[in-house]
Amino acid sequence: MEALIANITELLSDNTIFNMQTLGYYGQGLATTVQLVFLALVIGLVLAVPLAIGRGSKRKWIKLPIFFYTYVFRGTPLLVQLYLIYYGVVFVEGIQDTWLWLILEKPFYPALIAFTLNTAAYTTEIFHGAIKATPRGEIEAARAYGMSWGLMMRRIVLPSAFRRALPSYGNEVIFMLHASAIASVVTIMDLTGAARFVYARYYAPFEAFLFVAAIYLCLTFAILFLFRFLEKRLLAHLKPASQ
Amino acid sequence: MIDLHGYGPRLLEGALITIELAILSLILAVVLGLLTASAKMSRNWLLHRLGTLYTTIIRGVPDLVLMMLLFFGGQIGINMFTDMLYAHYDIDIFINVNEFVAGVITIGLIFGAYMGETFRGAFLAVDSGQIEAGRAYGMSHWMVFRRVRFPLMMRHALPGLSNNWMVLLKTTALVSVIGLSDMVRVASEASKATREPFTFMIIVAAIYLLIASFSEWGFARLQKRYNVGFGESH
Amino acid sequence: MAVTPIPLEVRNIKKRFGDTEVLKGLSLQAHKGDVITLIGASGSGKSTFLRCMNLLEQPNEGDLIVHGEEIRFKETRHGREPADWKQVVRMRAKLSMVFQNFNLWAHMTLLENVIEAPVHVLGKSKKEAVEHARALLERVGLAERADYYPAQMSGGQQQRGAIARALAMDPEVMLFDEPTSALDPELVGDVLKVMRDLAEEGRTMIVVTHEMAFARDVSSQVIYLHQGVVEEAGPPAEVLGNPRSERLKQFLAPKH
Repeated sequence: MEALIANITELLSDNTIFNMQTLGYYGQGLATTVQLVFLALVIGLVLAVPLAIGRGSKRKWIKLPIFFYTYVFRGTPLLVQLYLIYYGVVFVEGIQDTWLWLILEKPFYPALIAFTLNTAAYTTEIFHGAIKATPRGEIEAARAYGMSWGLMMRRIVLPSAFRRALPSYGNEVIFMLHASAIASVVTIMDLTGAARFVYARYYAPFEAFLFVAAIYLCLTFAILFLFRFLEKRLLAHLKPASQ
Repeated sequence: MIDLHGYGPRLLEGALITIELAILSLILAVVLGLLTASAKMSRNWLLHRLGTLYTTIIRGVPDLVLMMLLFFGGQIGINMFTDMLYAHYDIDIFINVNEFVAGVITIGLIFGAYMGETFRGAFLAVDSGQIEAGRAYGMSHWMVFRRVRFPLMMRHALPGLSNNWMVLLKTTALVSVIGLSDMVRVASEASKATREPFTFMIIVAAIYLLIASFSEWGFARLQKRYNVGFGESH
Repeated sequence: MAVTPIPLEVRNIKKRFGDTEVLKGLSLQAHKGDVITLIGASGSGKSTFLRCMNLLEQPNEGDLIVHGEEIRFKETRHGREPADWKQVVRMRAKLSMVFQNFNLWAHMTLLENVIEAPVHVLGKSKKEAVEHARALLERVGLAERADYYPAQMSGGQQQRGAIARALAMDPEVMLFDEPTSALDPELVGDVLKVMRDLAEEGRTMIVVTHEMAFARDVSSQVIYLHQGVVEEAGPPAEVLGNPRSERLKQFLAPKH
């Protein structure tokens, strides 16, 4: 690792912008972006599963609030949601006296909350669609074989819905990665934040932003390949056998 | 009544900027989208490659990064160009990148790539027999496009178009970051000044939802028009 | 002498969809080893009747007794519903159904389809279930297809797989809902053969079908339904060999 860094340093020695310090910013930015996006996606996914099931409920008092939530969070810009939470937490009565403030004081956590709520809303709709698309016959077979509602959800409906949702969910992951760039607006030093810092310091927009664009492009391709791999493995059952 | 601390008129102006920006970007995006779709379907190897490169890069990089690149980089690029003009031809001009124009160009460029994919899919979905029929009746190439291909393609493109528009509308919020006074920027300034973020952000969110709902209604009507002759099912 | 309970008895089943009454009080007793075929034109209610037997449709009136246990119902705002869904789940595990469209679970291999309910509904150990499943797949001639997904098999293979899935439950009664109607003609034979074998070994079966040859050769009782009522019922020789009503005669007349 040390040798690699030394090599890169040597390689870049004749430019003034990409030195150890700025590369360090980009590195930390990458770590922050990956952390933020990964956490938001994982928590969002966990929230989205019960929400998606509830979204398809026959009971209005379960269905309607979830519909309202996804409608609002999918219908407004993530930036507005971020501002609302970032500026808003300060004004929650008495919050500054509690331990919560220690967490919410840093911009990372309001951003994480905003991103999580946003991706959970999109994921809820994706899963809701996938659950609705479960073939009726498969559900009937599950009922006819004595499965309870819970068992049927766990063994038949959700596993088949997750597979169906995979391509759309892959798009959502990429969308979230790209959307996370606005974290830099609330002073978080994510990838874009690092690029803005380098731009401001050296007044070199092309270098600063093209470099970060290349990193995002690589990340996007990595996600694309991951999902293509997953689809190949998990959607094998939809393809007819090669005789 | 909600007290807007005198920010009401500015918020309204901001909303108008958001709408203007969105509509102008949409027009640019549709034009670029049609060009991209044609390039990607063209038999010309170079055009095909260029179209693919454009859509791949745009769709692989965050909107905000592209916007900053074009806005901040654009200014420097233009300065370099005008400096060159001055040095070699003694032409002295100064062009200042206007935030609004930069916003329209960036958002138009970004969504041109998405529209390109939408239109390409839609053109491919048009039954080739319909086009042959047009040719067989002696229509010119342009006439076939205008009278047969385009209207038939629009039926397939509308759902994607409507979807792109909804995303585009929300993307306009990003111009507040490069300094354009759209409604998000006004609301953010007002939030800080009055220390009432909930009031302003919720109003802005409501305006977005209003525009989105209104567009949804509009697209549903358009879809009905282009679906004429195809029954109710879609 | 201890009396073995009747595997399935239904009494006076009535079913309405909106204002139309599609089942107008139907009864049936399936004793051990009975093969009862339900025949009738489409719209006669034969499939609905079968689906009422494992409560995939909720009958508006009537009693269901599975292996001596009567299903309890309660009246709700939406009409009559089972009082205890746990009881229904237990009852369904004793009646396994084979569907017209197979309805194998698409995201599972054939073997996984067959062991799914035995493991997760009956609580059998996986090892035991797999052994049993392999034997059953062997029986229906699909041993080498165990690891295929449903989409990778022909309709006839899928339906034989579905029969193996039904057998894996060790059911009291097997319900067949037009099991050959969705198959290409050349694939029907294999499925019917499996069903004949099951009848011969003394399985209790209730079969909705259009296959008159199967009804004549295999069943112990034939029930001809017309618009939700039993028009004729009895041994196949009687009902099919010597139909009394004009309608049944027409129904049985060779079609061109």
